[in-house]
Amino acid sequence: MSHRAGRARALLSEGKRSERRLGLWLSAPAMIIMVAVTGWPIIYSFLLSLQRNDLRFPQDQVWIGLDNYGTVLASPYWWNAFWVTILITVVSVAVELVLGMLLAIVMYRTLVGKGLVRTVMLIPYGIVTVAAAYGWKYAWTPGTGWLANLLPAGSAPLTERGPAIAIIIVAEIWKTTPFMALLLMAGLAVVPEELLRAASMDGASRRQRFVRVTLPLMKPAILVALLFRTLDAFRIFDNIYVLTNGAQDTSSVSITAYHNLIGGLNLGIGSTMSVLILITVAIIAFIFIKMFGAAAPGGDGR
Amino acid sequence: MKARWALVDLVVLVYALVPVLWIVSLSFKDPSTFTDGSFVPTRWTWANYSGIFRNDDFTRGLINSIGIGLISTFVAILFGTMAAYAVARLTFPGKKVLVGFSLLIAMFPQISLVTPLFQIERGLGLFNTWLGLILPYITFALPLTIYTLSAFFREIPWELEKAAKMDGATPFQAFRQVIAPLAAPGMVTTAILAFITCWNDFLFAISLTSSNAARTAPATISFFTGSSQFEDPTGSISAAAVVITAPIVIFVLFFQRRIVAGLTSGAVKG
Repeated sequence: MSHRAGRARALLSEGKRSERRLGLWLSAPAMIIMVAVTGWPIIYSFLLSLQRNDLRFPQDQVWIGLDNYGTVLASPYWWNAFWVTILITVVSVAVELVLGMLLAIVMYRTLVGKGLVRTVMLIPYGIVTVAAAYGWKYAWTPGTGWLANLLPAGSAPLTERGPAIAIIIVAEIWKTTPFMALLLMAGLAVVPEELLRAASMDGASRRQRFVRVTLPLMKPAILVALLFRTLDAFRIFDNIYVLTNGAQDTSSVSITAYHNLIGGLNLGIGSTMSVLILITVAIIAFIFIKMFGAAAPGGDGR
Repeated sequence: MKARWALVDLVVLVYALVPVLWIVSLSFKDPSTFTDGSFVPTRWTWANYSGIFRNDDFTRGLINSIGIGLISTFVAILFGTMAAYAVARLTFPGKKVLVGFSLLIAMFPQISLVTPLFQIERGLGLFNTWLGLILPYITFALPLTIYTLSAFFREIPWELEKAAKMDGATPFQAFRQVIAPLAAPGMVTTAILAFITCWNDFLFAISLTSSNAARTAPATISFFTGSSQFEDPTGSISAAAVVITAPIVIFVLFFQRRIVAGLTSGAVKG
């Protein structure tokens, strides 16, 4: 009797052990690739950021401690790029949240052509950013563009700082709002219809139903969408590269770091910027995760 | 009520399609009419298209894009499926680390990898090769595949797996013979999303390549200058932009329902 129970336990733990082993084996390849491609480069990037390391002067490589950080943080170019990036991120994500919510409601509720609307919304999501960016560029090029021709003669919006940043933001919003809308639509689907009907019977107006019932229930979906879009907007590169390539002080941090590497071949400064961007992203993510509480993706509260 | 929705739908269609139609229109314009500023071409021509396909760099870029995209997608789906199954179904140490690390990569600023990868790949001889792009593409496609697939896997009727195990199948056999076929639709969706991600990349493509040996189509386009310094590349760039957009539009038309399901499932449940 006790002998048999012991064997059952041994079998059970054998099953558990093989499950653990299988889990580790199955996740190992993915984990190894992700760590190999990001882990070592991050450490290497940090090491490079502590060196004077310019590919144009390969003889002159020395450890200089935090000097590069001093150089970058004292540079007006860096801070200009930083604030431009923040501006683009905040404005585009704020507009996308409102616009995305409206689109989500249309895609979720429309009584006509639901399939058509959803299909068409996926086109901006799927289109290659560079391809779309050229479309925007030519649309705003004087002479060529249908949008530029709506402006007073002689204006070249992409060559002036304010209008150029506005166009970059428009291009970014156009391309990524559908993604935001899809994430929000998934949140809308979580709200039970009975609850909305009950609220309506209790005399709640459409507006009240949205603000008091739908929005609170959608909070996790909204936070996920905001987190992903904020971090995605912060790394904006393709649109700016095509539209202005950073001219007229329209560089984002990604564009500035790229030019330091490919144009300047300065690995030390480029790596310093990489590390600073990484730290900024970590801070933004940390703030969001704090806001999520238990609803964080990958957390237990789902 | 229906008329109101139809009107709203129309606004959405205009929003999504006008910028796309503009670039299509530009690609069909006769080069002498670029500056007429008209939304619809006044003189239609295929010349821009025949021009880019005579351009070795562009056709080479397309081949690179397709090859690199397919290989990256295949590997990401293979490893992503294994990891997603483990996340959705198994209890094992390190599961939280895997999920957390994937999330970290999903939020990671690619530019932070560009400088070190540029230097590391030059040292390893991976710079300007397919593998040099495939590795970062797999890495950034993996979080997407793991999240989306594990969301799909949670929906699968797992009693079947138990039944297979009762019949004497090992966990691996149960995975391969019972679950994998059921998971195929989710895998197709995820593969499309992963492919779109790789196809769309520009930053790695221009930073980690130096010639048409590995430069993908989006990067190639940004190097278009026209066949002579007097020729304006507007037509070639527009035609090339349409060509690289077409496959994505086709995916979207055929797999709309799946793509929507894929994009939303991972986000809410993952």
